[in-house]
Amino acid sequence: MAELTDRPFPPGDYPLIVVGSGPGALQHSYALSRLGVRHAVLSADPSPGGMFRRWPFFQRLLSWTKPYAPVERGTRAYERFDWNSLLADEPENRALQPSLMDGSSYFPARTEMEANLVAFARRTDIRVRYECPWESTRVEETPQGRRYVLTTSDGEYRTPTVVFAVGIAEPWAPSTPGMELAYHYADTKPAETYAGKCVFIIGKQVSAFELATGLLQWARRIVLASPSPAQLSVVTKTLVGVRARYVQPYEDHVLGGGVFILDASIEAISRRGGELVVRTRRSDNGQQLDVDADDVIAATGFVAPLRDLPSLGVATFGHSKLPSLTPFWESSVAPGIFFAGTITQAAGGLKKHGVPANSGAVHGHRYNGRVLARHLASTRFGVELPRPSVDPDRLLDFVLEELTQGPEIWHQRAYLARVVSASPDAGLRDDGFVPLAHFLDSGGGDALAITIEADGTGAIYPVLYARTGGTMSEHVLPASPVLDFASPEHREMVVDVIGKLGVQAPV
Amino acid sequence: MAGQDEIADTLAGLAMFSDLSTPQLQSVAHTFEERFFPEGERILRQGLTGSGFFVILDGQCSILVDGQQRATLSRGDFFGEVSILLGEPPVADVVATTPVRTLFLAGPAVESFLVGQPRVMYRMLQAQARRLRNANRWRS
Repeated sequence: MAELTDRPFPPGDYPLIVVGSGPGALQHSYALSRLGVRHAVLSADPSPGGMFRRWPFFQRLLSWTKPYAPVERGTRAYERFDWNSLLADEPENRALQPSLMDGSSYFPARTEMEANLVAFARRTDIRVRYECPWESTRVEETPQGRRYVLTTSDGEYRTPTVVFAVGIAEPWAPSTPGMELAYHYADTKPAETYAGKCVFIIGKQVSAFELATGLLQWARRIVLASPSPAQLSVVTKTLVGVRARYVQPYEDHVLGGGVFILDASIEAISRRGGELVVRTRRSDNGQQLDVDADDVIAATGFVAPLRDLPSLGVATFGHSKLPSLTPFWESSVAPGIFFAGTITQAAGGLKKHGVPANSGAVHGHRYNGRVLARHLASTRFGVELPRPSVDPDRLLDFVLEELTQGPEIWHQRAYLARVVSASPDAGLRDDGFVPLAHFLDSGGGDALAITIEADGTGAIYPVLYARTGGTMSEHVLPASPVLDFASPEHREMVVDVIGKLGVQAPV
Repeated sequence: MAGQDEIADTLAGLAMFSDLSTPQLQSVAHTFEERFFPEGERILRQGLTGSGFFVILDGQCSILVDGQQRATLSRGDFFGEVSILLGEPPVADVVATTPVRTLFLAGPAVESFLVGQPRVMYRMLQAQARRLRNANRWRS
């Protein structure tokens, strides 16, 4: 096993370079290695873990791992219940997270998550050149094609293909007048520092409510403010909004306990005597409202640390300065620059009914990283991906098993799909997982795409897409209150759909 | 916040939002989600369920019905509302013909947004009336 103090990958030319050593980079590097794609991994950090080496501030994750699940630990189906382990082919390297938890919560402590990632890197022999920060980037056009030159603290690296898995962890605060009197979530002080203080938190996202929750027993008064109302995940029925663990400040607010949640824009922060004054303007009636505070914390989010990539043409958008990506997570304007990890949320997919995929979290982007590795291996390294034959008599069961058990489509709903292609020559072939948007928009021969979707009402249901004769059809199957998608009704509907591919199956 | 402030400023220049005050514009900027589509990407898909409402901030799109181009859309135009209002899948594709920056509101959120912002609803009705008038002109 590689020691973490090794210094592999000296400066030079590499066929592919991965930047980062958080979960996104580790998962992607692992998948590349298993496909035989030679690559270097560079990281600014001294050890694996990425943002989990430091955050969340109150040291416990929002993503659960259930040590005791309805299915056996270590199986593929178990991934549905374990949001934090990375994916491995070898049974002994799967489901590492539950074995590292102390039983006090099904949300791992930050230290437990970090240990999980360190263990994965060690056990799967992921080699990383640590403490080698990427500093700048330039393009060289060569007879062999475009090369990206990454300047690092250790020297220059050249590659035609680079995958940035650098997270979205660069603190960002708006340029509101007086913002220098506030400090960012990333610089929050130890909780006891706020004993008896009035704390004003700018923002109503998860990080704002995490701070408010952690300060409930310390602060004299807590105010959270931003222009639009707080969203709660139990209301949106997605991961959008404040997660259930952090709803306590909201209850305190609605019961008049001393937490105030304001819908107001922040116009300025100023000092008056020994205290700060935050000037706000209410969203409902436009009236000014001044709020005094001892501390003002900007829980205003993080941006992707893309450094000079925009100067190479990488277009960015949105609050988190995300890069504009193709469905396979390649920059839409700088070919050869790809992204893995949480930045893959920049490729939003269909967002049907407004429900996003879970690419912003480990349990979603770990699958993107694996799909990307297959895509790069086949399109840039000549690797012939296995396309196992599917017995027509088994297709019905194949589809039903995938709908019931498949963790990829359960976690990446309406975003990733398992595809079975059908042709007279090759018969039925399992083409593995692809982004659903790619399947819908790329054209091609007859094929079936299998996925799970949700509509924001709480319903979770299977959806099949059949491409036959160049025409796409969508087949929405019923939801089930007990998530049973192998009922007689479902079987009958699946039989109808696979009949479009010319496959007859007994009901 | 800077990102949303910039969007609020952009919205102020669009006819549909021109009646709103600055705090209302900021609230709208926080309510909608900014989405970016590379050139050539499909934004709305004919016949598929679960679409949303889009307002174009920058860029151009084509409306295609069964692959045939019917119209182009640009800054300030909106689309997706018909299928949401009628509860039916879109009857056209909308494809980005340049990089397109949009504001997006999921279908289920559109009704409460419009009811809460009646001036936006009125402006949207005006735009729909113009589209209807133009469609009738073509027929006559």
